[in-house]
Amino acid sequence: MLSVQNLYTEYPNEKGETVKAAQDICFEVPEGKLFTLLGPSGCGKTTTLRSIAGLERPKSGLISVNGTTVYSSANNVFIAPNRRNFGMVFQSYAIWPHMNVFQNAAFPLEVGTKRFSKKEIQDKVMRVLTAVGLDQFADREATKMSGGQQQRLALARALVMEPKLLLLDEPLSNLDAKLRERMRFELKRMQRELGLTTIYVTHDQSEALALSHEIAVMSTGRIAQIGTPRDIYERPRNKFVADFVGLTNFLEATVEGPDEGENSYRVSTGIGQLKTTAYDSFNKGDAAVISVRPEDIRVHEHQRPEGANVFEGTVAFKVFLGEYLDLQIKVGNREVLARAHPSIKAPVGDKVYLSLDPAKCICIADDPKLKKAA
Amino acid sequence: MEVVAKGHVRPEAKPPLWRRLDLKWIIIGVCVIGVAYLALMPLFFLLWQSFYTPQTATAPAEFTLANYADAYTSVETLRLLGNSIWFATGTAALAFVVGTGLAWMNERTNTPFKSLFFALSIIPLIIPGILFTVSWILLGSPKIGIFNLLLQNWFDTDYVFINVYSMWGMIWVEGLHYSPMAFLIMTAAFRSMDPSLEESALMSGASVRQIAWRITLKLTWPAIFATILILFVRAIESFEVPALLGLPVGIQVFTSSIYQAIHQYPSKVGLASSYAVTLLLITTVGVYLQSRLSSRGNKYSTVTGKGYRPRAMDLGKWRYLTAAIFIVYFFLIVVLPFLVLVWSSMQKFYSVPSMEAVKNLTFDAYRFMLDYPTLWDSVWNSLVLALGSATIIMLATSVICWIVVKTKLPGRWLLDNMASLPMVFPGLVLGLAIMVFYLNFDIGIYGTMWIMFIAYVTRFLPYGLRYNTTSMLQIHKELEESSAMSGASWGTTFWRIILPLLKPGLMAGWIYIVIVSIRELSTSILLYSPGTEVISIMIWELWENGQYVELSALGVMFIIALFLLVMTAQLLGKRFGVKES
Repeated sequence: MLSVQNLYTEYPNEKGETVKAAQDICFEVPEGKLFTLLGPSGCGKTTTLRSIAGLERPKSGLISVNGTTVYSSANNVFIAPNRRNFGMVFQSYAIWPHMNVFQNAAFPLEVGTKRFSKKEIQDKVMRVLTAVGLDQFADREATKMSGGQQQRLALARALVMEPKLLLLDEPLSNLDAKLRERMRFELKRMQRELGLTTIYVTHDQSEALALSHEIAVMSTGRIAQIGTPRDIYERPRNKFVADFVGLTNFLEATVEGPDEGENSYRVSTGIGQLKTTAYDSFNKGDAAVISVRPEDIRVHEHQRPEGANVFEGTVAFKVFLGEYLDLQIKVGNREVLARAHPSIKAPVGDKVYLSLDPAKCICIADDPKLKKAA
Repeated sequence: MEVVAKGHVRPEAKPPLWRRLDLKWIIIGVCVIGVAYLALMPLFFLLWQSFYTPQTATAPAEFTLANYADAYTSVETLRLLGNSIWFATGTAALAFVVGTGLAWMNERTNTPFKSLFFALSIIPLIIPGILFTVSWILLGSPKIGIFNLLLQNWFDTDYVFINVYSMWGMIWVEGLHYSPMAFLIMTAAFRSMDPSLEESALMSGASVRQIAWRITLKLTWPAIFATILILFVRAIESFEVPALLGLPVGIQVFTSSIYQAIHQYPSKVGLASSYAVTLLLITTVGVYLQSRLSSRGNKYSTVTGKGYRPRAMDLGKWRYLTAAIFIVYFFLIVVLPFLVLVWSSMQKFYSVPSMEAVKNLTFDAYRFMLDYPTLWDSVWNSLVLALGSATIIMLATSVICWIVVKTKLPGRWLLDNMASLPMVFPGLVLGLAIMVFYLNFDIGIYGTMWIMFIAYVTRFLPYGLRYNTTSMLQIHKELEESSAMSGASWGTTFWRIILPLLKPGLMAGWIYIVIVSIRELSTSILLYSPGTEVISIMIWELWENGQYVELSALGVMFIIALFLLVMTAQLLGKRFGVKES
């Protein structure tokens, strides 16, 4: 549905230097799916979104929606943003303070190329305001609304024009934590019900994992990995993605050779020999990094468990967080973070056993092009 | 990948040129060309004229350096330069000392009657320079000045105590007139200083004197220097005081000499132009230094945004002295000038206040003025010019401002500077430049209202720009981007989003320009002709005719009208924030 090919966007910064904000961006979003651009600030995700919107003019590449080219450097096509019929929700919501709720939502119907009668506008606006739960506030001044209400109004304004594509630029980042959680569900429900193709920009990995059909993790202007939320979390393809999405332990490793089982490699690390899973191919002697999520490290208090990847360590530090327990465990001369069930009672200094699931020990090559997450 | 992608791409035909040349570029083009024309043309022609002999019916214009030779080889010019600098420096010093003292009293002490200080912000708006000067002539002239007559009566002597027809008199009147401006700027400087900077010096064990010298003064010196510079520029380009007080006794400065060169027969436009170019150089350097200092000053004055003000110093019983100083000042700047105008307006022939004179009080002068044949014409002219120029300026500068603030168009800084350029033009020089331009470039507007209109728009363009810039900076760019995403064209976005959001600045700037254009004298004086007089020109003409009583009546009505206008603006200003700038 949306197709972005070899997109390259640059702009001059205050000093007049050229900033390569987004390069080699390629992705396809099928009809009705929610696609997320995820990354730290300055990674180019907003630039990419604004290039799709037409608010930023890319230097080269191709963007098409439903087979209609909205931007193509080869054919010198650039459709102005106001002719693209994309709905967009901005980070600041950009609710016009001099209009009330109804006027804000009606604006796209009044100014677009398609003409609507007063009656049609009234009907469409009230329908969309009802959908976001603002119908009883239609006459309220827009500035008198709470953050959550403004966010819904911004969404209503983007939806009222029945857009081909919905663009969301960090729409939840200005809300407090509780509200953000609730709006996340509502946004997901609405997107799934309407089946509207949506591009979502966020720096919040849990938002991305919760909402998306597919995620593109970005770093320094490039896409580091595209995949489903599960792919991204469980099978990171590089160190940046593993580090940026979720918490992880990194162990520097040297590949010793393939092991029995698919994609399986034996590596040696600072804590000992480890059986790991890799999605790239490695040769013996290659330097690699092993990523293990804290929740994939099992902690055993008394008995040495059976199976591969079992190590002995001592509890160096522990943090009780209610629903789980974070343990810093010293193994050899390294410390690893394990997230355990709060029933583990071992005090600091006690000996414990760790078992690491080989399927969850991901062996990845360190790609120097992608910088480490801050 | 490429090949697959191209398969389902429908290449679109380019729209024809007239479609691509949409409203946006037409409006932007008109504004840019308009500003360039208004700001640059008079300047070029002024320079051109200063190197040429005036064109007459018999002789064409010829290149000459004679104007500069005349201007710079005579001892007269040296005296002119000396007078101008002496006058401007004296005025700046007096206004600065008075204004800073008042600002300090208001901001940092517990002087009583503080609420009266607010009046200082509107006085410059409601008492035009020409009326202030005239009222001080009525107060301090050697022959008819009330002060002199009262003191002579008192001491039974004919000694002249005060003489405003002197360099000191000129400095006194002009310095008083500009002191509220110094007060406002220094108040802002005092307020923007973080009090904790002084408090931490206090905690470090510094004495009050050490704090004042080593912290306060060091921190505010860019503001101080910038203030003195702007006062200097305002004084050197002022026209009313030098013309009314200096010319009768032969004390000439640049502005009054330019006026004289034009108004003698035959008029020496070339000589006036070379004086004007010199004056322009001085003001340009002044304004340039001032803006450099102000932008550097931001580094010094740290605005914390914390809502507390520094502890006011307790002056003890000295506060009655400061209150007394303030009340005396208030009398000198408002009460006495206004009362003397009221008094003189109610006489048959001008006379000093006395019991006999009280018996002769009459409203004849008011009746006379209200029936004066050209009064209502000039009121109409003033209103049309003020409202028209304010509207055009605010709309045009909103577009200019949008380009400067919101776009990344190359060369936008040039546009900004061009629109600010008229700031360096003294009113009289701008009038001269426009006069020269339209005499040479005859499109039939010389001697009509249009030439005055163009002059007003040019002169007040920078004010509009400043008001609009302040509010344009506050408009988040996503507010207009979301409009574009809603499908609105640039024109629609500008009309329905940008302009309504600019409204506070737009209204404040509009009202301010209306007020300053109604009082405008120094530009109009070279451009008006019979039928296009404005109110301030009428006052000028009455003065030239010696009709002091009628002038006073008109002046009182004028001040009351301006007062009402400013008060309305202040009421609206709760929403729009009008201020002297």
